[in-house]
Amino acid sequence: MFPEKNHARRVPSRAENAPALARRQFVFDSARLLCGVGVLGLCLAGYARKALAKPPMAIRPPGAGPEEDFLGACIRCGMCVRDCPYDILELARPESLVATGTPYFTARSGPCEMCEDIPCVRACPTGALDHHLTDINKSRMGLAVLSDQETCLNFLGLRCDVCYRVCPVIDKAITLELRPNTRTGRHSMFLPTVHSEHCTGCGKCEKACVTDEASIRVLPPRLVKGSLGEHYRLGWEEKTRAGGHSLVEDKGIIDLPDRLPEGTTLEGHFDPGSSGLPERIPGRGPVLPSLPPGLGGADTAAGSPAQSPGGALGRRLSREAAR
Amino acid sequence: MSHRRAGAEATAAKGWLRAQCWLLARRLCQLAILALFLLGPLAAVWVVKGNLAYSLTLDTLPLTDPYVLLQSVLAGHLPEKSALIGALIVIIFYILVGGRVYCAWVCPLNLVTDLAGWLRYRLGIKGSVHVARSSRYGVLMMTLLLAALTGTLVWELVNPVSMLQRGLIFGLGAAWTVVLAVFLFDLFVMSRGWCGHLCPVGAFYSVLGKWSPLRISASKRAACNDCMDCFEVCPEPQVIRPALKGAGKGVGPVILAANCTNCGRCIDVCSKDVFTFGLRFNNPPGNGVQTATRHATSGN
Repeated sequence: MFPEKNHARRVPSRAENAPALARRQFVFDSARLLCGVGVLGLCLAGYARKALAKPPMAIRPPGAGPEEDFLGACIRCGMCVRDCPYDILELARPESLVATGTPYFTARSGPCEMCEDIPCVRACPTGALDHHLTDINKSRMGLAVLSDQETCLNFLGLRCDVCYRVCPVIDKAITLELRPNTRTGRHSMFLPTVHSEHCTGCGKCEKACVTDEASIRVLPPRLVKGSLGEHYRLGWEEKTRAGGHSLVEDKGIIDLPDRLPEGTTLEGHFDPGSSGLPERIPGRGPVLPSLPPGLGGADTAAGSPAQSPGGALGRRLSREAAR
Repeated sequence: MSHRRAGAEATAAKGWLRAQCWLLARRLCQLAILALFLLGPLAAVWVVKGNLAYSLTLDTLPLTDPYVLLQSVLAGHLPEKSALIGALIVIIFYILVGGRVYCAWVCPLNLVTDLAGWLRYRLGIKGSVHVARSSRYGVLMMTLLLAALTGTLVWELVNPVSMLQRGLIFGLGAAWTVVLAVFLFDLFVMSRGWCGHLCPVGAFYSVLGKWSPLRISASKRAACNDCMDCFEVCPEPQVIRPALKGAGKGVGPVILAANCTNCGRCIDVCSKDVFTFGLRFNNPPGNGVQTATRHATSGN
């Protein structure tokens, strides 16, 4: 097995061993390189995760896709910055939370002026700003949110309306919704309401907001937008879509049991979901079915208020239960 | 410094200007390119727009950094036509003149690392971490792999080359810290560390220029007096030996190594005018072979 045992002390010379040594060296060098580069790569990948953390100030120029796609498509050349006639765009510096070198704008200091020819998009050589965007009103740079109802002047009952007035998509992206002012009891409040379907995220509302810190802000949509879930059907919309016919047969409506505190009985209250319909509550007037107006029950209640022995409370409770 | 400085002999033999002319030309080129980019933002004269990643010259000529574009493609994005045309022009240019011409004649970080290299030489700073020069190809593969795996341009978040150039044009911010780090690394930690060992941008361009026709040739290698000045000043000294000392082995005088940056500094510092710019095809193995064989024979 060891033919050279007699010469055990003989060590193979360097020259004889050269290929083996070279092989060893190569393996170690490769391992060193692989480990070094691997560690560097891991650090970088970790750092890149931070850049993908979607900072709220990363409001991109028009036509930018979702942040993950944008960070793979933008080569940080700054052509969009140069071709913006209003000079609002900036390339992120390393100390910024926005990915280094990528373009963004700060709505509070300089919002997008929504040029009709969209020069920033046309300047983009890679299509990170999508060249298919030709109508600036279809851009989605961000989404305005009335983030502080406590400081919004309109929510305080005043008529500021500035965000509504400056909105380039006025009456679509921001509408004023009328609500009674319950504080004064005699005025209306005009609540600025953003509609994500039309808001381009240009940031003019944030720029124009008169409060010291903007009460309405533009944020990346992904930080703001909720999602209803596919299983929801909005009855009133389905009804319009079906040409005015409700999808639920009026008569066959299912009434679930009303939940009341255990052992409570309400005078004149009847809940068809819990039991069958009695003719009359013994010794009392006619029953008040817990069905909403127009579905049979309320007609009885509304139609014969005088007969209702439950009085005002009973009527209100029955209406509430119907909701 | 106790020993004489590299290039002193050439200055004595050829005069100061001829001993510096390629270096001066190179600095002029680097600064001129930077000046063209800065002319827009500083003086509102828009000859060139953008930065080295992509630029538009006189509103017509697109130029794209093919390395950045490759990362973007690997990240899964198909660029628009203008970026592709720009990349094609740049690729063809560097295939012709030598890929690492980018490093020596264009890259603004070269000014920083050359300064570090010069200071290291003048201050006599010895000792350097040993890392194989081929490591840059490992780094290059890593950056490309990261782009493909993450779908984003990970390397461009930290790339000191693009950070410096973009920073000078669009606002430096904290990018100076990264540049300073590269400078100090080259000065104290590793001789020619960044450009010569690690930078994946240079590695990418060296691949582009692997077969470039424009090369430095040690065409008068027979006249070499072994002063070693060219090795002292060369940022990639390993590329010189095969060409300069290859006469006995039947190797031609043209420096064929892809990592030669065509900076021309060896031409400057050689008092015997051994080096010239030439074409790779003009590479007779017999060049200077007579002296070499004589040496070899006497050796035997």
